[in-house]
Amino acid sequence: MSTDYRPMWKEMGLDLEAHDALLGVLGPLYEQTFTKQPNRPAGMKYFDFVMSEVHGLRIKELMDAKKAGRKVVGSFCTFVPEELVLALDGVMVGLCAGTEFATAEAEKLLPRNTCALIKGAFGFALARVCPYLAASDVVVGENTCDGKKKGYEIFKDLVPRLHIVDLPQTKSAEGRALMRAEFKRFGIYLEKLTGKKLTAEVLKKGIATVNAKRSAMHRLAKLRAADPAPISGLDGLLANQVYFYDDPARFTGSVNKICDELEQRIERHEGVAPKGTPRILISGCPMAVPNWKLPTIIEKTGAVIVGEESCVGARGTQQLTVDTGRTLDELMDAIVDRYLKIDCAIFTPNTSRVEHVLSMAKELGAQGVIHYGLQFCSPYQIEAGPVEKRLEKEGVPTLRIDTDYGQEDVGQIQTRVEAFVERLRG
Amino acid sequence: MRSAGIDIGSRAIKLVLAVDGQVVHRAVEDTGSDPLAVCRRLLDGLRYDRITGTGYGRHLFKEHWPGAEVISEIKAVAVGAAALIPGCRTIIDIGGQDSKAISLDPAGKVQKFVMNDRCAAGTGQFLEMMATALAYTREEFMAAARRAPRAQKLSSMCSVFAQSEVVSLIARGASKEEMALGVHQSIASRTAALAGGVPVEAPVVFTGGCAHNECLGSMISAEVKYPLRVPESPQTVAALGCALYGVADGR
Repeated sequence: MSTDYRPMWKEMGLDLEAHDALLGVLGPLYEQTFTKQPNRPAGMKYFDFVMSEVHGLRIKELMDAKKAGRKVVGSFCTFVPEELVLALDGVMVGLCAGTEFATAEAEKLLPRNTCALIKGAFGFALARVCPYLAASDVVVGENTCDGKKKGYEIFKDLVPRLHIVDLPQTKSAEGRALMRAEFKRFGIYLEKLTGKKLTAEVLKKGIATVNAKRSAMHRLAKLRAADPAPISGLDGLLANQVYFYDDPARFTGSVNKICDELEQRIERHEGVAPKGTPRILISGCPMAVPNWKLPTIIEKTGAVIVGEESCVGARGTQQLTVDTGRTLDELMDAIVDRYLKIDCAIFTPNTSRVEHVLSMAKELGAQGVIHYGLQFCSPYQIEAGPVEKRLEKEGVPTLRIDTDYGQEDVGQIQTRVEAFVERLRG
Repeated sequence: MRSAGIDIGSRAIKLVLAVDGQVVHRAVEDTGSDPLAVCRRLLDGLRYDRITGTGYGRHLFKEHWPGAEVISEIKAVAVGAAALIPGCRTIIDIGGQDSKAISLDPAGKVQKFVMNDRCAAGTGQFLEMMATALAYTREEFMAAARRAPRAQKLSSMCSVFAQSEVVSLIARGASKEEMALGVHQSIASRTAALAGGVPVEAPVVFTGGCAHNECLGSMISAEVKYPLRVPESPQTVAALGCALYGVADGR
């Protein structure tokens, strides 16, 4: 970062010392994970810049937006409808939960066997090191898994405002009605917060912005089907991670620019790894910044990741919201239809997910799937068994890795990943 | 062709030298705290045309032995076991800190494998810790287990918890021999559960340092309902796999 943001961070109430410590780890970790990758697309420089300013310039933008009267809405989940936030001229940001921070403090409030993502969110809040959280006018909690649902009951005391969106557990008509009512209630909440009126006209604009962002990600995802892979899995994941932080229109433009570059690469048969490199699809729990542990191991082993069936990935960006509705009600219905399709493991049954994994593996030319389960994430860890069985039955070799943010099992994971890649090579 | 294979495990380093696919030399030494020094000692004065490493220390080894290749333990054990027991379809391997189950297709190719997670429950380490808690040597431990008329059930799979469980059982006057059998039983059950993650078919081969423990072998066999075949030097199967890797039909 070129500018001194310390006065801004101080004003926001961050713990400067702890925040320095965090940045002192993040910066070098990013450098070592991303910048030394061979043959990176030039367009990734944009993401290098975004990441170098992720606690700097982007936060300043948020603070400026607030000064201009816009509201910042923080969220931890892809179920929070960004369309509504943008329609009311708000800014939506993903909140920090991708690494261990102040775990001991978090464990004073949470049992030890809580997943690392929830613990991370608590740690960041308790240690006052997440500027996105500090900038948020409201945090939206969603009743997804038990850990989050119960966690929010405690988390509400750590933030000035928490709005809970209840979510269904089935994709039934009753489930849909619940989501519809909850999204409506969220819209009313946002109207109060922003002092603006939700109309069909503004909602259409919100939908258009988010759809454009998703379309750019779809384009990127499709280009990764090429062999040789035009972009590394780490960089593909990074784009999916930055999706949650960046200004949507600028992000969309940058991703499309990278796609232009990748198209030229593909035409020249150029890639980040030689043609024929084993190709892997990741499926499972979300990987929030800076959780790059498993992809780093996989790509160091000499395989290339061609997609992420994850909330931070294809599951999160999968469908567009149909924008043809004319009334506010029709548009709200379309939004609910779109979000109800998310193949999250909180749904029972969630059979569409494995079909999506299978179709992704096929379309992206992945020879194998690595299922990533976050330790203590019951929904995904339990679903992993049937998913693995089905994939193997369909002839897609699958490896299950259950881990957390700690580094002590890197050796064991590496062994398993290497053996899996050997298996793919035959 | 003189081909060396070295398996740098968590507890022991194993070396095999093969000349045209025939084993001419085998050596095993404790890993200790300086695995590279042990590797140097084991390889001192040895002539070979190629060398392949595996085990925990494989990447460290590769950094220090230019020209060395590395393969995963899974592949190494698979190649070694298939060479020793032709037609081998399943491998159960229990080493110092790892346990794994590997399923091979009829051509000897790895078709599925599972490995224990980060903890050492159900591995040689667990066995050793429990033996120490019961004040047995390795040999006495197995013999004591075999003498026991019944097993004292241990409910804990975690090495740390199991140790305190053993301590409290001792305090309640439980039979040491029955506890020894209980420890073997708990590893056997855990191993069988692990093996349930792959298709188990005969012949099933039992490898790794723990395959020296016949009591454990017979209990695992009862759990997986297949006879286990233990090769002559079960601890060096992965090192053998390395020595044969890339030579003749070692894949």
